[in-house]
Amino acid sequence: MSKDVFVVIEQREGHVQKVGLELLGEAQKLAAVLGEKVVAVLLGSNIAGKAKMLYEYGADKVLVVDDPMLQHYVTEPYAKALTTIINIYDPNVVLFGASSIGRDLAPRVAGRVHTGLTADCTKLDIDPETKLLLMTRPAFGGNIMATIVCKNYRPQMATVRPGVMKMPERKEVAEYEPEIVRVAFEPSDMNVAILDVLPKTTKSVDITEAKVLVSGGRATGGSEGYEPLRKLAEVLGGEVASSRVGIDSGWIEKDRQVGQTGKTVRPNLYIACGISGAIQHLAGMEDSEFILAINKDASCPMMEIADLGIEGDIKKIIPKLTEEIIKFKASKAVDK
Amino acid sequence: MKIAVCIKQVPDTTEVRLDPKTNTLIRDGVPSIINPDDKSGIESALRIKEENPGTSVTVVCMGPPQADVALREALAMGCDDAVLLSGREFGGSDTYATATIIAAGLKKLGFDLIITGRQAIDGDTAQVGPQIAEQMKIPQVSYAEELRVEGDSVIVKRQFEDCYHIVKVKMPCLITALSEMAKPRYMTVRGIIDAYNKDITVLGFEDLKDLFNPEWIGLNGSPTNVMHSFTKQAKAKGTKLTGLTDDEAVKVIVAKLDELHLI
Repeated sequence: MSKDVFVVIEQREGHVQKVGLELLGEAQKLAAVLGEKVVAVLLGSNIAGKAKMLYEYGADKVLVVDDPMLQHYVTEPYAKALTTIINIYDPNVVLFGASSIGRDLAPRVAGRVHTGLTADCTKLDIDPETKLLLMTRPAFGGNIMATIVCKNYRPQMATVRPGVMKMPERKEVAEYEPEIVRVAFEPSDMNVAILDVLPKTTKSVDITEAKVLVSGGRATGGSEGYEPLRKLAEVLGGEVASSRVGIDSGWIEKDRQVGQTGKTVRPNLYIACGISGAIQHLAGMEDSEFILAINKDASCPMMEIADLGIEGDIKKIIPKLTEEIIKFKASKAVDK
Repeated sequence: MKIAVCIKQVPDTTEVRLDPKTNTLIRDGVPSIINPDDKSGIESALRIKEENPGTSVTVVCMGPPQADVALREALAMGCDDAVLLSGREFGGSDTYATATIIAAGLKKLGFDLIITGRQAIDGDTAQVGPQIAEQMKIPQVSYAEELRVEGDSVIVKRQFEDCYHIVKVKMPCLITALSEMAKPRYMTVRGIIDAYNKDITVLGFEDLKDLFNPEWIGLNGSPTNVMHSFTKQAKAKGTKLTGLTDDEAVKVIVAKLDELHLI
């Protein structure tokens, strides 16, 4: 019988990506309800050394395929390795990060083993009666949420948005022994040749990591309009982010986009500067701990969902606010 | 060289609004468009055709008869042929079942290069492209930002979060296009007239049934099912302050940030 909750750990250049660890946390929750184990699947080249940290983040077992064929991500060798594992171990659930790798690999593997796959989930649960995995995801540009089940096929597979699940705590582990799985690769599995690897020219930032985000949209009026936001973000120790219009207009880099087609964030503080709050944008930030909205239009959706909504002009308020925070910090420093 | 571009007709989700009273989607009056990533795929295919004499571009769409409009638009942009995969049996298909049907249509017609969009704006799954490739047992390269043909292969700039891979893959293969790949051209008047003089090939269940397992398509053949759907509940209301001067506003914010230990 199919059992255990498997997490496919994503690594790039030998670095384990955060989303895999987030999924180990979520998998522990699901496995506890099911009375099953959490199994991490680590695929790569010279990668076995990373197994320890996966135990520390909550894996009960780690399966490793360590092979030069897996040095860079190419669909077929990765799909073959994972299919081999699924065929041997017969998992109940397999989770992937909904990254540009997970979203390439998961559908290929789901197709090969003929099972269901739900994309970009933001919530996972176990049905108390049927023990089915309940996979909830946004659709229609975030306008509606749908809960999806896979009744008749195993494993139940899902990709999960990075930044949505909380990181589990890291614990010391005394003993661990990863299981090495051998996959019979053929040279023909490498059916895509990598000619070159190019870094992205602009330094990429991960806004999902930031504790504070100062986010702009149409009201910034252009790339220079983001400058005051950048200064405020700097003072608050955060990053600047944007709604879709800023990206589509070329005012700011794509990796700073929040929303359905951008990133899901949940910082401690999200400052929405003149962002009206299209549903696609709200989908990416509404779980922020505290939302401060500043907008000329007091009745826009963002002002409705904000914890604190201030009617006003960001062009006037933001620079003043930055100044006052600097003063405030200085006064606090003197007090001590 | 024969190129197929798979497209989906989607509601323009940026135009979809929620009815604040009933909390349901207002779909009336929402225009149907060719999915943006797919349209970029059409443009890339047309550019390859212009540079490689003897190339034909066929646009393929699964959907109801109304999807005819999307196919005509693709013809008006310059595609040579259009194929509509349509049948009652296809309704309710999830990504796996959809890919099964489209793969059958593509197998029947035979292509060297298949281009799909990376994902559709209504479902956002990005699964159908790779699942078509899997069913056709051909290599895939997804998240393509650039695409060109070199002999019997294609060279693709494949986007990742932190880098690009420049890859070479032999045809037949499937590429999923990002909307950044190519800015779609406009339809020409001549193109529109021609588009409405062309015939659209319609393939239904009977035409494809030998090319797939009939139990693996449609609502009943879909491995995944929607159990229920809902609109998100609005969270508890916060504080809204209107009519403050800029200085007052700044004061309120600083006090709040202090209270939250954020400064």
